[in-house]
Amino acid sequence: MGSSSSRLDRVPGAKDLMEETGFSETNILCLYDRFEVLDREERGYLRLEDFEAIQQLAVNPIGDRIIGAFVFPGRETLDFPSFVRVLAHFRPTDTTWSRSGSQPEPANSRTRKLRFAFSLYDQDGDGKISRAELTEMLQAMLGMQVTDEQLQSIVGRAIQEADLDRDGAISFDEFKKSVEKVDIDHKMSTRFLR
Amino acid sequence: MELFFNPFDNLLCILLGISFTVWFTLLLVFIIVPAIFGVSFGIRRLYMKTLLKVFEWATLRIERGAKEKNHHFSCIYLDSAPEFEMSDIFYFARRGVESIMDDEVTKRFSAEELESWNLLTRSNYNFHYISLRLTVLWGLGLLIRYGFLLPLRVTLAFTGVGLLVFLTSVIGLLPNGRMKNFLSEKVHLMCYRICVRALTAIITYHDSENKPKNGGLCVANHTSPIDVIILASDGCYAMVGQIHGGLMGVIQKSMVKACPHIWFERSEVKDRHLVAKRLSDHVEDKSKLPILIFPEGTCINNTSVMMFKKGSFEIGATVYPVAIKYDPRFGDAFWNSSKFGMVNYLLRMMSSWAIVCSVWYLPPMSREEGEDAVQFANRVKAAIARQGGLVDLLWDGGLKRAKVKDTFKEEQQKLYSKMLTGGVKRLNVDKN
Repeated sequence: MGSSSSRLDRVPGAKDLMEETGFSETNILCLYDRFEVLDREERGYLRLEDFEAIQQLAVNPIGDRIIGAFVFPGRETLDFPSFVRVLAHFRPTDTTWSRSGSQPEPANSRTRKLRFAFSLYDQDGDGKISRAELTEMLQAMLGMQVTDEQLQSIVGRAIQEADLDRDGAISFDEFKKSVEKVDIDHKMSTRFLR
Repeated sequence: MELFFNPFDNLLCILLGISFTVWFTLLLVFIIVPAIFGVSFGIRRLYMKTLLKVFEWATLRIERGAKEKNHHFSCIYLDSAPEFEMSDIFYFARRGVESIMDDEVTKRFSAEELESWNLLTRSNYNFHYISLRLTVLWGLGLLIRYGFLLPLRVTLAFTGVGLLVFLTSVIGLLPNGRMKNFLSEKVHLMCYRICVRALTAIITYHDSENKPKNGGLCVANHTSPIDVIILASDGCYAMVGQIHGGLMGVIQKSMVKACPHIWFERSEVKDRHLVAKRLSDHVEDKSKLPILIFPEGTCINNTSVMMFKKGSFEIGATVYPVAIKYDPRFGDAFWNSSKFGMVNYLLRMMSSWAIVCSVWYLPPMSREEGEDAVQFANRVKAAIARQGGLVDLLWDGGLKRAKVKDTFKEEQQKLYSKMLTGGVKRLNVDKN
């Protein structure tokens, strides 16, 4: 397709990105158009303010945590390849990739998706979800809608169920175990942009 | 051999003839005549109530089926075990990332999403086979929708559009004057009403005392191409847009014969000053109809989007904001223009159950002293958002963004907590 390959030329490093993330040409073009829309001041990179301007994200209870996965201290500007790499976590899982193969683990494998979700809980990045972090998360998702006692009892029960080694915090493996019956591929993949 | 076929043929012809006549008479009496006079038999509302009952039943069946098979559903609200699970975050995370990718599409995945299954597989994301009865119902629904409703609606649509083109051309032959305006108004209303029935749109209008008046600008939020038909069936507006080719172009050309609409050539669309001048000329002439504008632009022509955003608010007319909100339980009115073409979209609309929406006419607003066009526009958008729901705030210069954000965030939190506190109450009882 002659016309679309010239369109792909607009996108820097498109071919490498496609290989690395597994996004198709159409996906990359869509994401690039989206990147340009978000980058209202045409700086060539995205910043915190650009994400905060996404209205649907602003009303999401964990919106600022999700933004934190893209833009955080140490990475305050986000160029297009980094943008795509984070979004690659949400591609539907490839059934063709196998663990024992020589290819590196893709961003949208089940484990990588779980790591992304884990990082939303684990704000200080110490590899464990403490009781305080879990409380904070539930606070964000529930706001003023529950009393403190109710919140504490939900947190208590959740930790009780998930914390298998009884150290008062949930490690990544315990997190994995607690969601092992969940259809991650469906719940952590975007419903469009296939 | 021929002798055997002849009487049979005759019989067949007679039967066909009778059924066509009956069909058209029913159509005329129940649909077209009320459309002409603007009355309603209330059939559509009865239909809507019946559908809701059926959907409720379908949802209960699914919930029961879920408990039996212990499935995990993608829809968080149908989860059979209402307790917090570590995986609950996935729902919000996915929606957040989806809105980063494309918030046009996510607009439709509102908080009311999929609380019930409305028997359209389009909206059925993860409902597996539950029971025979449900599948039969779905099959029956399919038959009714494609076998009965769709042909009916297509016929109506053709009638409506055909009448519009024909009658406006006829009226165009009359000399300009009160008679012409009066007739043109009636004709436009009638044809739009037929189109509304062609989509089985059940519309509730609120606050009609604020309806846009001549010399004003009607600004509405935009969720689907049908918005135009919905508004125009309740009042007369001057449309703005680019001239298209094909059928659309024919309709546009004939409409402009009966009353002044503002159509631009392709080349003129880019010239902002020309656009602004034509709009303000139209608005100054108090005998002309109020202009209907969607500041977010139309789905069809995305180049208009940028242009109207400031231009329409600069011309200094009184703005009449209108909020349109669709009820997602009946059918998804959203048009993903990158995926589906217009015809495809219309067919989908006509083969869904119904389109239920509410229209609020908000009190008129004018630009205040010391307010520039962008601030004025934001004020209007905030008013519409408060009434009708989420509106594209990407265009918002930051005015009151915080206030609108908290209210909607609270809504989501409420829905999530409703699900959980049910489980928590159980917990407390167990402890005792």
